[in-house]
Amino acid sequence: MAVATIGLTRALRHIAAIMTQHALKIDDLSKRFGTVQAVDGLSLAVPRGSITALLGGNGAGKTTTMAMMLGLVLPSSGSIRIFGENFARNRYRLLARMNFSSPYVDLPHRLTVRENLTVYARIYGVVGVRARIQQLAEDLDIVEFLKRPVGKLSAGQRTRVALAKALINNPELLLLDEPTASLDPDSADWVRSYLERWRVESGATILMASHNMAEVERLCSQTFMLRRGRLVDSGSPNDLIARYGRESLEEVFLDIARQRPDAAAQQNDATAQ
Amino acid sequence: MSTRALQRGPVRASVGRIGAMALRHLYLLRTSWPRLLELMYWPTVQMILWGLVSQFLLTNSSWVAQASGVLLAGVILWDVLFRGQLGLSLVFIEEMWSRNLGHLFSSPLRPWELIVALMMISLLRTLIGMGSAVGFAILLYHFSIFDLGLPLIAFFFNLIFMGWAVGLVVCGLVLRFGLGAESLAWFMIFAFAPVSCIYYPLEILPDWLKHVAEALPSALVFEGMRSVLFDGVFRYDLLWRAMALNALYMALALAAFMAFFHSARKRGLLHQIGE
Repeated sequence: MAVATIGLTRALRHIAAIMTQHALKIDDLSKRFGTVQAVDGLSLAVPRGSITALLGGNGAGKTTTMAMMLGLVLPSSGSIRIFGENFARNRYRLLARMNFSSPYVDLPHRLTVRENLTVYARIYGVVGVRARIQQLAEDLDIVEFLKRPVGKLSAGQRTRVALAKALINNPELLLLDEPTASLDPDSADWVRSYLERWRVESGATILMASHNMAEVERLCSQTFMLRRGRLVDSGSPNDLIARYGRESLEEVFLDIARQRPDAAAQQNDATAQ
Repeated sequence: MSTRALQRGPVRASVGRIGAMALRHLYLLRTSWPRLLELMYWPTVQMILWGLVSQFLLTNSSWVAQASGVLLAGVILWDVLFRGQLGLSLVFIEEMWSRNLGHLFSSPLRPWELIVALMMISLLRTLIGMGSAVGFAILLYHFSIFDLGLPLIAFFFNLIFMGWAVGLVVCGLVLRFGLGAESLAWFMIFAFAPVSCIYYPLEILPDWLKHVAEALPSALVFEGMRSVLFDGVFRYDLLWRAMALNALYMALALAAFMAFFHSARKRGLLHQIGE
């Protein structure tokens, strides 16, 4: 009887999680490092299956927010829910369904690409490790580098390998911190095209932090603009461009980063009238 | 294909993650001859040095003449403690050097799983290091540590457990205070050397220091080793005390590591650590 009740509870919880429209929901999240308020009362929701961007200048709180979503940093207050579940309570179970890539975190340089991917495939409990690596290597065009140490790859090749690590468990939520940083335009375009294709095929959710506004305009259906740890605006790139009366998202970004909220306020007033 | 379809049950997944971390460092060892050489270098050099000292004392000291292997056994067993600690600490620090901690701690890998993997690799590294020293001791001085018999197993595991406890505290300190604290990995264990009574009996220590030594599993092991070598008696009383102390220190070391880990997460250090 007890077993049946537990099973039912789990099933209901599972159904509730599936029904949740948001892959990620943050409520009143704050992080303080000593006297520095890195994130200040941030609330946002990322729809399932979307590509969403966290935008803001250096020190706006993007990386700290992402680190809290990954369990690398403990929030001072507030809550994070992923797939409808409390992240603080179900951290490891949820992390198995997520992954991330960042230029600020590396893979061991002396290990070959295949060795690195094998280690992470096993950490994430992937079944059929060899086949999965082969499939990813073909998709990401890194077959010829599989036997090469990661330290001997170019920046572009290393980005593809980092992406392969981030996709090794076929994550339902993928966090990307500046996915095309330090890449030449051709490599960056290749990565963007791949991410677009992968998102459509997998139905996964991508949350990315980027300083490349053209990239965000191309990939993202939703953006959250941060300044000094606070959410200052949000919307689709087209919405924001229209609301701020600008030609591009980069101009909107500059308005926000240079603290010109009056532009948005005027636009909002005009829209309301 | 969903993530869950790719994953295993919780126990197998846990074993898989521990295995994965062990594999990561095996890959590194396999392709890095300097690391392999370093593992064997110090134990061998120390063994040769102390072998010469031992040979000298054999002709000059009646005390040592009664048990010619006591110094060599001390060297080899001290290395178990040192290599055990160093192996665990360095393997962890290696993750920091390679800026890989952010990936590991944002994965389903639990801290205790990482610790078990570190212990496995430390055990392997210690066996490799010891293996060469033991081999040279047999070849050059006709001394075999295996003459200690079954007590050797008890000595080995008590010493490596103490080494792991110290190593875990070092890992926690490095996690909390950054790579500036990595030199602790190299010298911290030597603070225990004088009171571990490796080459002399515990009774020669001043009274107040005897109490300190008796609280160390290492001192009890070396006392037990001398008992086997001199009197041919295995002291179970020392074994139980060493095991109880090791259990206590391991629990304290785990608590310390977790406290430092928590503090590192609170301070946002886990994704900032690098070379």
